[in-house]
Amino acid sequence: MTETFVSYSLIAVYSAMAIYTLAFVLFAIDLARRSAESSDAAVAKTAGLATGAAGSSAVLAASGDAAGATTLTVSDSGSPRSPKYLRLAMSMTVLAWVLHVGAVVFRGVAANRVPWANMFEFTLTATALIVGVFLIVQFWQDLRFLGSFITGFSLLALGVGTSSFYVDVVPLPPSLQSVWLVIHVFVASLSTGFFALAAALSIVQLLQARREAGKALKLRFLDTLPPSERLETLAYRLTVVGFVMWTFTLIAGAVWAERAWGRYWGWDTKEVWTFIIWTIFAGYIHARATRGWRGSRSAWLAIVGFAAIIFNFTIVNLFFKGLHAYSGL
Amino acid sequence: MDAPETQGKVQQPKLGFVGYARFFWRQLTSMRTALFLLLLLAVAAVPGSLVPQVSSDPNGVIAYRNNYPDTAAVLDFFQVFTTYTSVWFSSIYLLLFISLIGCVLPRTKHHFDALRARPPKTPARLSRLQGFTTETTDADVATTIQSAQRLLRSQRYRTELYGDSVSAERGYLRETGNLVFHAALVGVLVAVGIGGGFGYTGQRVVVEGYAFSNSLASYDSFNPGRFFSDEALEPYSIALDSFEPVYEQVIREAIGQAIDFTAYVTTTIRGEESQSAQIKVNEPLALGGTSVYLLGNGYAPVLTVRDADDAVVWSQPTACLPFDANLGSTCIIKIPDGLDQEIGMLGFLYPTTGTLSSGALASVYPDLIAPTLTLEVYAGDLGLDNGQSTNAYALNTDSLEQIAGRTSDVETLKLTPGDTVDLPNNLGSVELTSIPRFVSLDVHHDPSQLPVLVFSILVVAGLVTSLFVPRRRMWVSAAVDSSGRTRIEYAALARGDDPNLEAAVSEFAEKHSQQLTTKVGS
Repeated sequence: MTETFVSYSLIAVYSAMAIYTLAFVLFAIDLARRSAESSDAAVAKTAGLATGAAGSSAVLAASGDAAGATTLTVSDSGSPRSPKYLRLAMSMTVLAWVLHVGAVVFRGVAANRVPWANMFEFTLTATALIVGVFLIVQFWQDLRFLGSFITGFSLLALGVGTSSFYVDVVPLPPSLQSVWLVIHVFVASLSTGFFALAAALSIVQLLQARREAGKALKLRFLDTLPPSERLETLAYRLTVVGFVMWTFTLIAGAVWAERAWGRYWGWDTKEVWTFIIWTIFAGYIHARATRGWRGSRSAWLAIVGFAAIIFNFTIVNLFFKGLHAYSGL
Repeated sequence: MDAPETQGKVQQPKLGFVGYARFFWRQLTSMRTALFLLLLLAVAAVPGSLVPQVSSDPNGVIAYRNNYPDTAAVLDFFQVFTTYTSVWFSSIYLLLFISLIGCVLPRTKHHFDALRARPPKTPARLSRLQGFTTETTDADVATTIQSAQRLLRSQRYRTELYGDSVSAERGYLRETGNLVFHAALVGVLVAVGIGGGFGYTGQRVVVEGYAFSNSLASYDSFNPGRFFSDEALEPYSIALDSFEPVYEQVIREAIGQAIDFTAYVTTTIRGEESQSAQIKVNEPLALGGTSVYLLGNGYAPVLTVRDADDAVVWSQPTACLPFDANLGSTCIIKIPDGLDQEIGMLGFLYPTTGTLSSGALASVYPDLIAPTLTLEVYAGDLGLDNGQSTNAYALNTDSLEQIAGRTSDVETLKLTPGDTVDLPNNLGSVELTSIPRFVSLDVHHDPSQLPVLVFSILVVAGLVTSLFVPRRRMWVSAAVDSSGRTRIEYAALARGDDPNLEAAVSEFAEKHSQQLTTKVGS
């Protein structure tokens, strides 16, 4: 029975990867479209609503299927062309994510426990959470332009996870048999989702700031994205949510460490890196209130913080000696 | 040479001691310095994760010293093996905390003042502020302002009337949360520093059927805190009745993997009745103000050694150190008295014996299914009489001669439970009487735990309120317009990050004008 569910899980994750690839390509095409469009941006801006209205009536007149055409035009008010690649990319991401979540669930059913007890499972679940956060955040803000980053990142992580980190389902060692495995690891993975989006926003923010400073950049799609200050605000808000979760992860980890190892803090390598990451993001939050650090410098901190998370998950897990030796490899 | 230099110097005012002290204090408590120290702390924590630490990996440190003695000397100079208690790491975090306190104290005073102050005067031009909204109503100016004030109060704003306008402020909790967060961080540090000093940790190996008491003499190793005194040890004893591991037997990839460890114990606090209890990994036993953790286990074979006249000279369990996942273990037995010669034995225990292709024995499963104990026997001087302390888990063979084993005429002794074999040189015999299990228990008393937990909860609570409670000012002003109706203006000002400010103003304006309409209509 276990093996059946394990294979369902793998089929689901491979299918999800295939569709993520499609979504990634579509997101990339959308960025290219934005670049092309930004060339006529000046025209579109001056013509403004008139062009939009004219465009939609033209579509209405030309197309026999009037209803379909109108919904397309209406849904993208103001823009002369509908971002159909973007919408398609988002649909693909949602589809891939559903399969991805299915893979996580099947893995959990197969193992009869939470599916995040070794590195393969962390990768599987954390990427599902990263994409999940990306999708849910869309209800709050239109951050679809980060799609290529998020799908690309998840695809890479899943690729490494399935090829290099894969282990069979084995029972939990006594040290992992704790309710804190459910809480501590889940919140840690979830905060990774927020930090990933914030890091992506910060990268775009840096590019945008360069463009605004008058540096010649070939990335013309930046014209269609929010100004750097807006990107910074969005990155900050996501980071803050991630930071609260990370603080909780740290404390929950300490509580668990006290139960399992007899001390709540012992400067184990993983504890050290969790602390380092916490400090970097604490620095990021303070940087925004410090003259001379707002803007690009604090953006770098957000990126360094996310890089430290990836380092903590990969290099520290695999090559550093410590008590968190649960990679299963 | 000197003259032009003195002339070119800018004449600075002399600061004096107090002046310099104030200058450094200002520098230290500035946000820029705090941020620098914070990031420096992150960087300073890195080396401790690259090099083994005495606190978390003492054996790693010993191995490192042996392998790279030159590098180790340099690392020792910079206290890298004890990074987190080193002078440089400590000075960074202490400076950071001083900076933090220096920043938080004046802010606390300022916040107290703000809590008692009236909301500020309504700005002359609300249209310049965020979320500026206007409405017109048939209600008169006084009614309009009164109902605005009432509505603001119901939304937990503090309000103040200024002419035909109301000024309101809310979200003082944001700053309170911020201050609580920082104060709680100081609390964590102080609790760890002081509370930890009163604690102690002790390690003890207990074999099935044996007991140990919570006293200094009975611990194998003991680490007292700075302020520890012997009276801190609660008088109790713990007897290990049995230890029951469960190993995976079905899933092929995981056969032999431990899935459960349970130690069944009987505890006795002096003057009270004995009680049965169990200790598991992740489920420590709370006893007499201490927590007792199950951190390791293995086998402790009981050997009975008899002399040439068949008189028992030794009969006790020896805890063997496991060296692999299937509990293949090394046993060291030292018998200084009773036989004609001092005897040392180096044993290998295989709980479930298998044979490798090389012919060597190995353990293939951690449970006790087909155990074998092999013994290499040494005779000579054990080095126990010269007063120096020796490691019970190592056998120094410098002054010993192998009398049974690979390099002697007699083959390595091989025993299964119940077997008795003769010792060489007509010394007597050795019997493998039984193979009970042992557990290694850690006893911790840490008075800092509870305060650290409480402060940690305050850290999270303070953080959440300081980041998510919006602090904002809102103004409502009313005036009669040219058509004789009342024109109401609404606007707000964010203090700190406030994503929903504009929505809050328009929502308020809508609610307020609705209230006015119903009032006028009725």
